[in-house]
Amino acid sequence: MSTLSDEKPAIYRAGSRPGRRSPDLFQVLCWVASVATVATLAWMILQIGQQSWPAIKEFGLGFITGERWIPNRDQYGVLPFLLGTTISSLIALLFALPLGLSIAIFLSEDFLPLPIRQVVRFTVEMLAAIPSVVYGLWGIFVVIPLVQQWGKWLAKTFEDVPVLGVVFDGPARSNSMLTASIVLALMILPTITAISRNALVAVPATLREGSYALGATRWETIFGVLLPTAAPGIVAATILALGRAMGETMAVAMLIGNSDRLTWSLLKPAGTLASKLANEFGEASGIQVNALMYAALLLMGLTLTVNILGELVLRYTQRKTAGIR
Amino acid sequence: MADTEHFFTAAGAHRAGIRSFGNKVLNVVCVALALLTLIPLVSIVFLVLKNGLPLLTPAIFTELPPAAGQAGGGFGNAVVGTFQMVGIALAIAAPLGILSAVYINEYAPTSRLSNTVRFVAKLLTGIPSIICGVFAYAVIVLPKTGLIEAVQGWREGWFRDIALWIVTSLPSGFSAWAGGFALSILMLPTILITAEQALLGVSKAYREASYGLGATRFQTIWRIVLPDAVPAIMTGIMLSVARAAGETAPLIFTALFSQFWAQSLNEPTASLSVLIYNFSTLPYEHQQNMAWTASLVLVILVTISNVTAQVVFRKR
Repeated sequence: MSTLSDEKPAIYRAGSRPGRRSPDLFQVLCWVASVATVATLAWMILQIGQQSWPAIKEFGLGFITGERWIPNRDQYGVLPFLLGTTISSLIALLFALPLGLSIAIFLSEDFLPLPIRQVVRFTVEMLAAIPSVVYGLWGIFVVIPLVQQWGKWLAKTFEDVPVLGVVFDGPARSNSMLTASIVLALMILPTITAISRNALVAVPATLREGSYALGATRWETIFGVLLPTAAPGIVAATILALGRAMGETMAVAMLIGNSDRLTWSLLKPAGTLASKLANEFGEASGIQVNALMYAALLLMGLTLTVNILGELVLRYTQRKTAGIR
Repeated sequence: MADTEHFFTAAGAHRAGIRSFGNKVLNVVCVALALLTLIPLVSIVFLVLKNGLPLLTPAIFTELPPAAGQAGGGFGNAVVGTFQMVGIALAIAAPLGILSAVYINEYAPTSRLSNTVRFVAKLLTGIPSIICGVFAYAVIVLPKTGLIEAVQGWREGWFRDIALWIVTSLPSGFSAWAGGFALSILMLPTILITAEQALLGVSKAYREASYGLGATRFQTIWRIVLPDAVPAIMTGIMLSVARAAGETAPLIFTALFSQFWAQSLNEPTASLSVLIYNFSTLPYEHQQNMAWTASLVLVILVTISNVTAQVVFRKR
């Protein structure tokens, strides 16, 4: 694609030489559409910011550090949800990263014949196409019973272990952070796989050949040459997947148990910013709407930051691999 | 020298053996992990088919959702609602996305506005779908609720009645409009980015030939470039339709849900995805089975649009 865009300007500039043609109506129309696209994002930020302003004035930064969310008493704090969003996404990443990376390596190497690799690739693409609610429904009937079984065992086994005792603090519930994270991991797997695979495929063949020529085995080449060269791309994949996990709503809302309590245990019900919005917006009124808008603003800020970061890393990667060639 | 000769010593052969063994172990681990991903997908597809197929009868597309605990019924209104809202979203997002793509690729590929549009499109793809719902709620649902409350506060009389009638018939509130608007923001970046790629793929020679024959830029774009890019643009549109049809988060508090056939686009509207969400948490087996059947219908719809996108419109 980069080569295409490199040759592109010359011909267009010929067409848009000053004085040659005045802008026609269609051009104006297209310009308006472009401005409208940019304006949409600005409008979103402004609108949500404006709606959350009463809550920002009322609660300030205490909103972020507040541990209780009690609409009846006009008491609003999002710390449990902020932590829920962060922890569930990170745990999902913990599951998805090794798996996604393995698949990316599997797809870019020639372990098995091409048809089998294509089946795996198709599978991963299918995973991306399945709607979030269907994941939620599947989670209710498949993952919840699994976690129900293993959760009790985890809670009992790690009861007296220092850190893990807190992480797997019982009594274990099936609607929990762990359940949501497992399903989230599946949902972000395609993102990690696709971007990491692109990064691995973009590593010049000469580097691989050089490594083999020096007598390295396949995995010495993968760990010593391919992964380090593709590292920025893999980092970008991880960051973008994190952004996706943080914004994922329905499957999480169906599985996490939607508790308002602050907890560090993976085996207890929790809540995320997105699941809170999904659960309360429909029936909210008064200052509660503003508080929810404030929470939405936080979520938007969080995902935008993560995505911009991922995009920057990705651009850096592309510039860097272009240099190697 | 010792380094190059170690292959011929006993210790060297031993090390090479370990390296080769380690290599094989990692091969197996990697292949096993990759094939592991097949399990969840197979499980999802299997369960959706097994639990969804028994209720999949023609009646399910013509009847209304059963009340809690009741048997029978269908989700005809949800299928219609999903199509309505995806249609509204498409009507907003497709022109906006395609025209923007034409601008950033044909008219001003290197301008600052074009680069901003590309960046904004990237950012929009990363915005959580629920935020689109929140936005639609703020823009379409809230103002109407506010207006109705304000008008209801007026003095009684015919003037108030007329004002109330006008306000309640505005295209807003919890409605298909609000849901479609939320979905359109979700679709916009997909359509825009794929349309730009489609236009990029049109051969430079076509444009040069067109200009060479004396065509204006509008004629070139409208008669030469766009027709050639249509299949690829349609691919993007079908992909965005597939994604929007499956989305729930932007709809739960904009279109809400309805047990009845919608009389207009101005009232709460049912959709397949919200139906799955609502029914999956009910404690009744029949409703849960219906959620599976709705999932099956939804997955079929999504797969059809995806396959159409990949196969039918991809000529290049």
